[in-house]
Amino acid sequence: MSEFEPKIIAFVCNWCTYAGADLTGTSRIKYASNVRIVRLPCTGRIDFMLLMKAFSRGADGVIVSGCHPNDCHYTSGNFHARRRWIVFKSLLDFMGIDVRRIHFAWVSAAEGAKWAEVVNSVVNDVRALGPYDGYKNLAPIAADWRIQDAG
Amino acid sequence: MLAKMRQKAKDLLSSGVVSTVIGYGEGSGNRVRALFIRKPDDADKLILDERCVQNLAVYLTKREVRALGRPAVVARVPVMRTIQQLMFEKQVAEGEVAVIGISPDSQVLDFPDLKSMAEYVSAIPFELSADEKAAVEKLEKMTAGERWNFWLDVLSGCSKCYACRQSCPLCYCERCTVECNQPQWVSVPSHGLGNLEWHIMRAMHLAGRCVNCGDCFRACPLEIPLNLLTQKIITDIADKFGGADEYALNAFKPDDKEDFIR
Repeated sequence: MSEFEPKIIAFVCNWCTYAGADLTGTSRIKYASNVRIVRLPCTGRIDFMLLMKAFSRGADGVIVSGCHPNDCHYTSGNFHARRRWIVFKSLLDFMGIDVRRIHFAWVSAAEGAKWAEVVNSVVNDVRALGPYDGYKNLAPIAADWRIQDAG
Repeated sequence: MLAKMRQKAKDLLSSGVVSTVIGYGEGSGNRVRALFIRKPDDADKLILDERCVQNLAVYLTKREVRALGRPAVVARVPVMRTIQQLMFEKQVAEGEVAVIGISPDSQVLDFPDLKSMAEYVSAIPFELSADEKAAVEKLEKMTAGERWNFWLDVLSGCSKCYACRQSCPLCYCERCTVECNQPQWVSVPSHGLGNLEWHIMRAMHLAGRCVNCGDCFRACPLEIPLNLLTQKIITDIADKFGGADEYALNAFKPDDKEDFIR
């Protein structure tokens, strides 16, 4: 069997990290191709249920990223998001969910190199952890098609 | 105390200040049920003892109850906290509800308005009991794997009857995420995934709002300690955001501290 390649879903905000990831590409910086980027208007819009869905649909790791504090396009979206993440991450840890698979970052539109570095380090970390079978096996009936479907 | 509470209920009803008094009455067996008193003479059916712990504020947002007219509600401290939170969330306005307050030492309290009730209840520190703290700490001390197995085990019996939601006075949304199937946020079958998603979602939607009345736990037919989750969040909010805001996730400080965002 070939080496395990993790599937990483990145939830990013439109104004900073998405533009930052775009800059990574236009700067021709190479980074791991394991990441699937989902663009949302703001980190304030990143509902915790989206992260739950990513895991139940076969993700091995999740990245959540947006504008640095004080740089939010909507002034306060990332401040609200930060409070939510603090509570949410602690709750997941309390339930025994593997929080080493959830990574949070601030990546601005000018930080193309930082985005590549974030993705690469997350991919390496999650590759070392292996597939998140514990979560995927919660719904045994659907597990098969999910893994194939997630491509 | 009982006589004073009954008299107050009688006065409120006969003077026409309220049209219903929501209180506690004898149910079947040794149980206590919620009573809706509509006539002054019926006020003698009200009881008040240590069994009377249900959070009666759950009825205040129900349409059927609103249709009865202005209610008065028998309220211990957690119920008063709930009403305060419902006011903050614009679900209950000043003048819409009268409160027959019951102090921690079972004295009947007179509040001219909800504002004075809110002031009274704000002065009482909001914190977990020693037992509750110990239960949260016990879980925190386990390894992640042990916690995972613990929750899989206790949640395995959950059939998602949603009694926890129905009993919760702050779960008043008319359209709950759990009923949304485009997309299907929470898996319907009662397997590990759906149960986990439901309990995480419930706890997160109560983050910063839960008053720790314990009705979700009392309503659960399987006695799942699901209020451990909300108690954990109450602990976190007190630790990390410095005391209970009215609604901690509705506010922020530019210098909120975390150690995991790179």
